[in-house]
Amino acid sequence: MLDSNIPSGPIETKWEQCRFEMKLVNPANRRKHSVIIVGSGLAGASAAATLGQQGYEVHCFSYHDSPRRAHSIAAQGGINAAKNYRNDGDSIYRLFYDTVKGGDFRSREANVYRLAEISVNIIDQCVAQGVPFAREYGGLLDTRSFGGVQVQRTFYSRGQTGQQLLLGAYQALEEQIAAGTVTMHTRTEMLDVVLVNGRVRGIVARDLLTGAIEAHAADVVVLATGGYSNVFFLSTNAKASNCTAIWRAHRRGALFANPCFTQIHPTCIPQSSDHQSKLTLMSESLRNDGRVWVPKNAGDKRAPNTIPDDERDYYLERRYPSFGNLAPRDIASRAAKEVCDDGRGVGPNGRGVYLDFADAIRRMGAEQVRDKYGNLFHIYEEITGEDAYKVPMRIYPAPHYTMGGLWVDYHLMSTLPGLFVAGEANFSDHGANRLGASALMQGLADGYFVIPATVPNYLASAGLERVDVSHTAFSEGKAEAGERINKLLKVKGKRTPDSFHRELGALMWNNCGMSRSEASLRETLVKVPVLREEFWSNLCLVGTGEELNQCLEKANRVSDFLELAELMCVDALERRESCGGHFRVESQTPEGEAKRDDANFSFVSAWEWRGPGNAPLLRKEPLEFEHVHLAQRSYK
Amino acid sequence: MKLNLNVWRQANAKAPGGFVSYQVVGITPDMSFLEMLDVLNENLLSNSEPPVAFEHDCREGICGSCGFLINGLAHGGRRGTTVCQLSMRFFKDGDTLTLEPWRARAFPVIRDLVVDRSAFDRIIQAGGFITAATGSAPDANSILVPRDSAETAFDAAACIGCGACVAACPNASAMLFTSAKVTHLGVLPQGQPQRDQRALNMVVAMKEELFGSCTNHGECEAACPKEIPLEFIGRMNRDLLHATFHRRREPLAVSPAVQQSMRKNRDHSGS
Repeated sequence: MLDSNIPSGPIETKWEQCRFEMKLVNPANRRKHSVIIVGSGLAGASAAATLGQQGYEVHCFSYHDSPRRAHSIAAQGGINAAKNYRNDGDSIYRLFYDTVKGGDFRSREANVYRLAEISVNIIDQCVAQGVPFAREYGGLLDTRSFGGVQVQRTFYSRGQTGQQLLLGAYQALEEQIAAGTVTMHTRTEMLDVVLVNGRVRGIVARDLLTGAIEAHAADVVVLATGGYSNVFFLSTNAKASNCTAIWRAHRRGALFANPCFTQIHPTCIPQSSDHQSKLTLMSESLRNDGRVWVPKNAGDKRAPNTIPDDERDYYLERRYPSFGNLAPRDIASRAAKEVCDDGRGVGPNGRGVYLDFADAIRRMGAEQVRDKYGNLFHIYEEITGEDAYKVPMRIYPAPHYTMGGLWVDYHLMSTLPGLFVAGEANFSDHGANRLGASALMQGLADGYFVIPATVPNYLASAGLERVDVSHTAFSEGKAEAGERINKLLKVKGKRTPDSFHRELGALMWNNCGMSRSEASLRETLVKVPVLREEFWSNLCLVGTGEELNQCLEKANRVSDFLELAELMCVDALERRESCGGHFRVESQTPEGEAKRDDANFSFVSAWEWRGPGNAPLLRKEPLEFEHVHLAQRSYK
Repeated sequence: MKLNLNVWRQANAKAPGGFVSYQVVGITPDMSFLEMLDVLNENLLSNSEPPVAFEHDCREGICGSCGFLINGLAHGGRRGTTVCQLSMRFFKDGDTLTLEPWRARAFPVIRDLVVDRSAFDRIIQAGGFITAATGSAPDANSILVPRDSAETAFDAAACIGCGACVAACPNASAMLFTSAKVTHLGVLPQGQPQRDQRALNMVVAMKEELFGSCTNHGECEAACPKEIPLEFIGRMNRDLLHATFHRRREPLAVSPAVQQSMRKNRDHSGS
């Protein structure tokens, strides 16, 4: 039975109660405890900095040259907080309610409530660090609205909120590095977790410059290694983002929850050619002022500005009058796919819809539009060569975020004792669909506030014996990781890691992407193992394992995507309902909207690895909704 | 489109480097510069030759990982553009392009186009932060920030730490990078208590890392993909002067942990 460890009592006081009940570590004893944090994005950097400030011996790992490169930096739109500075009816309870509803009732109420509660402290913390949020003329903080909600609770720094929040956490982390409390291990990639007597006591990692495989021991390990959208090859994730850390932990026994819950972001620049290496997101905030449309008639190839208003279909405004262009991401994405499937898509390959600012420019003037979205328009022009002040942008959905991840309890501890998981890497707070501006909120809530409270409780209560890297578990882990690297180098076949990754990505995008059917999933479950087999027999690499070898790094990551992809399809097949980002074509309403099945699927799917070639075992965590009334979502 | 590339190849920090010529074909105008290099690398790998090592990650101009010189110009010389966002439509069929890593003593070459920019992190460690222990912050709206200050702070905080400013500077100076952080934090009310020590310590760290001094060429501003203005250097100099005259205590030292890693780095690059 999965114990989610949710504190008793009313939802409003659960976190307070939990914090009171948790054990503390005396300040003088803290430096005797070591903590490994893998990843230096919002969750990892903020957790490392905070635990360092508290006095623990922290080791933080990143495969980048600097913690500032983590992909959190690319988040554009903003961060939600229930400050109610606008006096527009917002509250902690409303943020909680919106998030549970937006997640299509597949998240844990207690976790989401805590997230909403902590959101207000995050803004305070970031402002104190000097994050340059947008301001009103009076010097107060500005906010804007974001997809899927009707209040203005999103704080932002132009279109670069992720960058500014990450730099805040990065600077706090560098301060701790200077103070000697945190040791930073850059250009070091985690390959495995190490268990001693049933508890996670360290990691095996590879130095990317020398190829040396090293063991690192600690009292507790925190994974903050992000999501796995790159399983689709083309996604908005950075090129190096990968699933290796969480997947290897899964193979050691950590349950993987809801792997099929992936988010397809509605506003990305459409793919232009087969050589494309990634997709670029255009912040969802653009939907505040831009209007989404396609021509009413299929095959209408006229230039957008010459199509008269009455021959345009503003399909989001038409179908969802009360939310209009701000409909949640899953709904907006699916609607775009549908109009393109109808043959009404725009752009060279017909996979695109217009996002039009003409009305906004008429209403508020080009200057104010430039003020709000200038850098996004600039990015768009650099990539497409088109001026969005004059012609509408073209957008199309792209994989962007993964709600699934390692299963964690209320303390963010996985099913492996001593292994905590924070940020996008865990599954906890977004259910089947994440609302805009909630990823930054969750990453920082976990890193600044949850992990620094729950990890000390574990340290104080676990009664850990001294363990160092001389223990056989570490040498075994090193040997195993080294063997896998050597195995990759020994294949000596003909195909590059990228060619396998592209093929896997196309397969997953077509069959386990915006819509999934029993047939498409069964087909993929046959094809992925075949591709994986070819990978291990026909992979081509050059160079050795004892140098900076980027194609080896890539191959190692692809090898894990090839395993995760299968679990995603198994999970998607098992979940015979549509919910959030998971749209099963067999489960829809007569109007073509997603149809949830609460009677049969109101649970978290947590999968247990049972060795290569064996079917994973499904374990269920039932979800109960005491506060948010279960209802079919409606944004009409 | 067909291109001739002269690429700096260097197996590791100690090995001698040199230019190697390659030809890439089938390049289309909608590719990015790095996608063009992907094509080159896929070909090299298929022929069992080592691919060209280069750093990249987000490929949308924000992570600061990528960067090298194209015909001597950082990020290819197009205003406000990182090399990952540089579109191939700005190049012509038959162009010959020379690609080489950032050239600066403080940025030793690791392999091919990859350099070690950890000196930037150590400059931040010396003072590029506002001390605010988690949980101790007052309500966000209790700190009023004039909109203009917030905007200036943002302009400065837009720096992505790519190192183009250093690569473009004839003196390999890191003044634009350092001044951007000094400005970001120094114009905000929250940054005032540490303003003096920040300017002093970061400038000392910059010197320790063997970056040169600014002699007002302005190349950094032209090369900066985030268009950080040169005037921030003037601002940092004002802060430095102010700090020198107004400090109430003995010169504040760069923290021992930072000094130690600086020393390690210097011994390493000097050997």
